[in-house]
Amino acid sequence: MARRARGLNPVDLTLMDKALRLNWMLALLLSAIAGIGVLMLYSAGGASLQPWASRHLVRFLMALGVALAIALVDIRVWLRLAYPAYAVGFVLLVAVDIAGQIGMGAQRWLDIGPIQIQPSEIMKIAMVLSLARYFHGLTAEETGRVVYVIPPTLMVLLPAALVMIQPDLGTAALMVLGGGAMFFAAGVRLWKFGAVLMAAGGAMPLLWSMMREYQRNRILTFIDPERDPLGAGYHILQSKIALGSGGMFGKGFLEGTQSHLNFLPEKQTDFIFTMLAEEFGMVGCMVLLGLYSLILLIAFAIALRCQSMFARMAAVGIAMIFFLYVFINVAMVTGLVPVVGVPLPLVSYGGTAMLTAMIGMGLLMSIDIHRDMRLGRHGEALTS
Amino acid sequence: MATKDDVSRERLFTRRALLLGAGQAGLLSVLAGRIYYLQVVESSRFQTMAEENRVSMRLLPPSRGRVLDRGGEALAVNRQNFRVLLNAEQAPNADAVLAALSEIIPVGEADRRRVLRELKRRRSFVPVAVRENLSWHEVSRIEINAPDLPGISIDMGQTRYYPFGPTAAHLVGYVAAVAESELTGDPLLELPGFRIGKGGIEKIHDVALRGRAGRSRVEVNAVGRVVRELDRQEGTPGGDLSLTIDMALQDFATKRLAGQSGAAAVMDVHSGEVLALASVPAFDPNLFTSGISARDWDELLHNEYTPLINKAVAGQYPPGSTFKPVVALAALSAGLVTPEFRVNCPGHYDLGDSRFHCYKKGGHGSVNLHEAIAQSCDVYFYELARRCGIDRIAAMGRALGLGERTGLDLPGERGGLMPTRDWKLRTSGIPWQQGETLVCGIGQGSVLATPLQLALMVSRIVNGGIAVQPRLTRELVARDGGFVARPPEAQSIGVKRESLELVIKGMEAVTNTQRGTAYAARIKEPEMAMGGKSGTSQVRRITMSERDAGLHKLKDRPWRERDHALFIGFAPVSAPRYAAAVIVEHGGGGSAMAAPVVRDLLIETQKRDPSRRQPPGAPSVAALGRG
Repeated sequence: MARRARGLNPVDLTLMDKALRLNWMLALLLSAIAGIGVLMLYSAGGASLQPWASRHLVRFLMALGVALAIALVDIRVWLRLAYPAYAVGFVLLVAVDIAGQIGMGAQRWLDIGPIQIQPSEIMKIAMVLSLARYFHGLTAEETGRVVYVIPPTLMVLLPAALVMIQPDLGTAALMVLGGGAMFFAAGVRLWKFGAVLMAAGGAMPLLWSMMREYQRNRILTFIDPERDPLGAGYHILQSKIALGSGGMFGKGFLEGTQSHLNFLPEKQTDFIFTMLAEEFGMVGCMVLLGLYSLILLIAFAIALRCQSMFARMAAVGIAMIFFLYVFINVAMVTGLVPVVGVPLPLVSYGGTAMLTAMIGMGLLMSIDIHRDMRLGRHGEALTS
Repeated sequence: MATKDDVSRERLFTRRALLLGAGQAGLLSVLAGRIYYLQVVESSRFQTMAEENRVSMRLLPPSRGRVLDRGGEALAVNRQNFRVLLNAEQAPNADAVLAALSEIIPVGEADRRRVLRELKRRRSFVPVAVRENLSWHEVSRIEINAPDLPGISIDMGQTRYYPFGPTAAHLVGYVAAVAESELTGDPLLELPGFRIGKGGIEKIHDVALRGRAGRSRVEVNAVGRVVRELDRQEGTPGGDLSLTIDMALQDFATKRLAGQSGAAAVMDVHSGEVLALASVPAFDPNLFTSGISARDWDELLHNEYTPLINKAVAGQYPPGSTFKPVVALAALSAGLVTPEFRVNCPGHYDLGDSRFHCYKKGGHGSVNLHEAIAQSCDVYFYELARRCGIDRIAAMGRALGLGERTGLDLPGERGGLMPTRDWKLRTSGIPWQQGETLVCGIGQGSVLATPLQLALMVSRIVNGGIAVQPRLTRELVARDGGFVARPPEAQSIGVKRESLELVIKGMEAVTNTQRGTAYAARIKEPEMAMGGKSGTSQVRRITMSERDAGLHKLKDRPWRERDHALFIGFAPVSAPRYAAAVIVEHGGGGSAMAAPVVRDLLIETQKRDPSRRQPPGAPSVAALGRG
């Protein structure tokens, strides 16, 4: 093949080679998005670096460092770590649910000494890697058989169910949709998706009964926002007012009335896109969505160039999760889907979400660097 | 080695990945479309909603105009008042907010229920006053706890204060909260704690005193706190209203009548300006501004001396002998009697089978008009009344201002009653009896007059028969145009000067001759001397047996059944300038109980007369006044 003909032996890449192959374009786009985040958090803080903007910047720089470090690690390490990471994530998810039961209430965090861990965030990455590894180990023929589809289905549904009862509807939906997309990319037959959809339809009443009161309210409010304009519908209505009143060019930086007068809820986290829309208008929205689209484009380009199934699948999975974050968040603040509490990657304030997103991007860069490496069934490098 | 299997898998993956990418691109396009819809298509609608969110219109209540007496003394002023308001729009759970508030300052159960009731009734953006007249301590406690009290705000308002309390209560009236039936749609009336005039001048001139509300557009945040003021349109404060009342004289009159139930009116006979208009007992109007307690209200309502009624204009009494000048003028004008005409009074007067008594048991003997007025001979006036007939008497009464409302700017004024034959037939269906004419001739029976009407009657007699009108307001000083009240061009009542002189002379004799009924109450200083007429009106008919048994002595009867004591007077006799009328309810004899009050009032009035302090040749009467 042409690439091999260039004489690059992917197994023996030196650190210098890797650094040269780093996707700096991706890093630049990520920095641009995080920069918009800093700008909006500066505005949300009332034209002040405190309490959010400066910390957001520091966190991004640290997370960028982590991402670059991850990028330089050999992809085989990540393949080998996929299942152990999944196991750890699963145990932590069970632990957090038990802690939630004891603590009587919603629980997403696990306090381990001074560190707070959000197991669902670990699980998102671990699930993508594990599914990639699983499908990497299958032949095309096996992929077509039902028995081989059952284990990965459980790998998605079990953690999703655990997250659901935390309760965290947004992350659960994200896992199921992200996992589903990976099944699709792996080549699972289309009729199986049809079957799953039918089953999901049948499971809806069960799902409904599992939901908490506030989750049901959110869905009912989504269906009929006028149901309770001062209660649950208030947030989404105020968000739409803020967005719509921004118009084409926005009210100007720091001039958003809805956000600065606190009509907009959670303006520094889930509703930060609304704030951007209010202050920079449709132009600002399109710029940010454009930056996200470029990242997705790069991710797909990487996936298509990879030599190993693991790398392709992981790249698609990461791109999918990243896309779902963006889509669910923006669809939520524009009133297209119920309010589920999904942050906007790299823009919303929050350390854990930032770290998760950047770990994903780091893995994507690692995949990019090692795109030419061919891997055997069990992760061993194949030299041709 | 790339196996065949690997190649087909890669192709499948590429196809599927491209499909996923296309799917994502499609969904992102949906987002872009949605954003376009919200930000471009629907933008103006959302911009309006954002403005509605952000901008709140606040009414700025105008400060109420003051009420002043003729010398500029304030009878009604405004004082600072801190109130705590609850805005329903910002407090979805008013109950919980009130509960939280009651832990900080005391909030009574009655207040709590009232607030919840008003919240339901009013538009949600109109705040409701929870409590008024907060102390500084309470204000600061609320401010400190403000974050826990959504929708609660402190407002510095004004309350009405009446420095003279009960002394001018009936005149000035009072202000109180707007009742639901008084809402006109003017949002000013819906402001929390807004007060409108409910009595007296405050009620009649409410609109002039109220002023016009200003408007302030403010930017508010999500919890309703004002961030900044966008613009402001100042309102117009209410105008200051000057009355004709001389507060010192009003105060004097009130004190002079203290302990009684009665009324007094003093007016200028030329200009019609009312200098004092007292009704006792009265109430403290300050009780009403902050909401009167049920106990206080009950006490006022059930007091035998009726403190809530302005007896000076709303009390109707048989005028008794004070009515005799009217009968005399009616007879003189009709040419039925001459000054020399004499009637012999044996102490009674027979008409058919009925016998009408003179108050003097032995009779007055032969009396002419002058003596009959001075000694108040009933028999003489029975004869005059019989000769005149009731309709002539009523016509003269009306010409002198009786029988209809004077039109003074006070609420609740009543017109008294001047009976005629027509009236009797119309109202009862029974024809007028001549005996009734006789009874009316001495101011009893169905004749009724208010104290103000009696003062007006005297004024019109002593000013030479000019139909002067009583007036209470002098001037309104307002930013958007006030007024200066000018007396209307008064017409003559068409009574000959000589006739008036005869009656005036008779009234002078009442107080200034030894046989006059009120000689004891004369004014001894010649330059201030007064003339007048006493009256004692029966509240209850005295039966024959009682008369024979001598049981009609005043002190033997319960208060409610005792006679009303009346006196009307004018001074100085040399050039009459002031008229006064006094009634002491159930006070007994007019010359004994009411005449001294009139005497003291007229002395005080003349002492305070500014013309007395001016050098000779000073401006004429009409231009005088201390305003």
